[in-house]
Amino acid sequence: MMVNKLIASLLLVLVMSISAFAQSKSKAPVKKAVSKAAPVAAGMQNSINNGKVVYTQYCAVCHQADGLGVPGLNPPLSKTVYVLGDQTRLINIVLKGLSEGVEIDGETYSNVMPAMAFLTDQQVADVLTYVRNSFQNKASAITAAQVKAVRANSKK
Amino acid sequence: MKRYTFLIVQIIGIIIFSSFKSDNPKSLKPVKVSPDQDNAGLVLPKGFGALIVAENLGKARHLTVTPKGDIYVKLSKALNEKTIYHLKDNNGDGKVDEQIGFGDYIGTGIFLKNNYLYASSDEEVFRYQLNHNYEVITPDKPEKLVTGLINKRQHNTKSIVLDNNNNIYVNIGSPSNSCQYQNRAKGSMGIPNCPTLDSAGGIWQFKADKLNQSYKEGVRYATGLRNVMGLDWNPENNTLFVMQHGRDNLSSIFPDLYDDKANAELPAECMFMIKKGDNAGWPYSYYDPIQKKKILAPEYGGDGKKEADPSFIDPVVAFPAHLAPNALLFYTGNQFPERYKNGAFVAFHGSWNRAPLKQEGFFVAFVPFKNGKPSGEWEIFANNFAGTENITSTSQAKYRPCGLAQGPDGSLYISEDKKGTIFRIVYDGK
Repeated sequence: MMVNKLIASLLLVLVMSISAFAQSKSKAPVKKAVSKAAPVAAGMQNSINNGKVVYTQYCAVCHQADGLGVPGLNPPLSKTVYVLGDQTRLINIVLKGLSEGVEIDGETYSNVMPAMAFLTDQQVADVLTYVRNSFQNKASAITAAQVKAVRANSKK
Repeated sequence: MKRYTFLIVQIIGIIIFSSFKSDNPKSLKPVKVSPDQDNAGLVLPKGFGALIVAENLGKARHLTVTPKGDIYVKLSKALNEKTIYHLKDNNGDGKVDEQIGFGDYIGTGIFLKNNYLYASSDEEVFRYQLNHNYEVITPDKPEKLVTGLINKRQHNTKSIVLDNNNNIYVNIGSPSNSCQYQNRAKGSMGIPNCPTLDSAGGIWQFKADKLNQSYKEGVRYATGLRNVMGLDWNPENNTLFVMQHGRDNLSSIFPDLYDDKANAELPAECMFMIKKGDNAGWPYSYYDPIQKKKILAPEYGGDGKKEADPSFIDPVVAFPAHLAPNALLFYTGNQFPERYKNGAFVAFHGSWNRAPLKQEGFFVAFVPFKNGKPSGEWEIFANNFAGTENITSTSQAKYRPCGLAQGPDGSLYISEDKKGTIFRIVYDGK
């Protein structure tokens, strides 16, 4: 009786580990295919990860966790020309804030955006790279060098 | 024979009379309209039902219902180039079947008193004379009562209400969050003797029948109110009550003093009873619902504990932070059970500034009142406007309550500005 049970449970373990092995084997190529289809440079992925931390701390309170903003008050960051267009303008919005009314898709947004010049060049680059690659956006990274140049230019 | 007939008529009369006059809610006169099958998706106390009376009006802000049961609703975005809609239910099934648009100015405030309809843009207040059916006589020629009020985009809506003495009260919201040198900026301090308060951050009183008034003809009735969306005149103690939108961004402006949880819980959304000359403390103070104290704002040297000037008025009700109270209504109808009589309904638009914590609000609350004072705790009356419990971003909410009005039969009307829906709440005792 005992022996029977032992054999049965050994068999079960064996079957489970074989199927787990098979699954992990069959998963591996799929993963590769995904990363091939959407290649993200390690440096950019790092910037996106760090940018998410900055976004959650300083931006999400107004622009919301999903980047869709608040109707009438805080503009969305999803697929707008402000985020995906002129990079110097975008960097300047973070460094200097924005107090003029913004209209996106026929909706106006009334809250001001405060200047975030206290963020380092790297933090600004990271958060903008995160925003430009989140909320259905897909765009190039913003570099710390770009932010440094825009900041230097605006001080002149 | 005559004597007997008289007696019988008398007895029948007494029976009919007593069947109508009773305080038992079960024998309240039943309403004619039927609630929608699922109560329009709303969650209500037992015995109440809800129906959608109008839809797709867009940014439907405040509304008012005439003694004939017609609705006037103010839009903050034009619909077919019109910004006020007169909604009629001609066949009496409770659903609007005729919409008449007029007005070319966007805005929020609308109020009906006696023979006039009052409406506001974000800078001015107008009135329209009504005929005996409470229809606007000259929709294209309103009389301008008030002009030249400041509109700096933020908190620019002008909510309005009248008292019983021919005065109109207009909210003029502050154009900033907390009167900092740099609005909403991290670490920026408050401007001493906040200059905003001369022309905003309070309630102004004007004459309801005098044309072309501005600041110098008006009276700053109350100050230190950041932004009031909901206001109503309490009929029991003949006093103005307001709902303030409390300040935002405590943790993003002063991260060393407040964490995200503190920001989500502070400060309370306050209901104030307003007497002429009152100061509610903005921007120097905020009400902490946990310590139950008026706290000195960090922009003015506060640390989250130091108390504010005690001369600022205390709230009469403290609701949770950031829920955005957009309308206030004292209920005087006879349709709802007795405990609702003279109590306050508050429509909450729902929060955004609680992020990264989950958003709350998106409901209509009720506060029981006796003799012009709250007589019990506030409670949620109509819920589930958001359509789901778990809202992490404001735009996920299905509906966002914005306006309240009472119908001639005592029904409660609720407007919302996400899609432009108008709900009607009825009591059938079931």
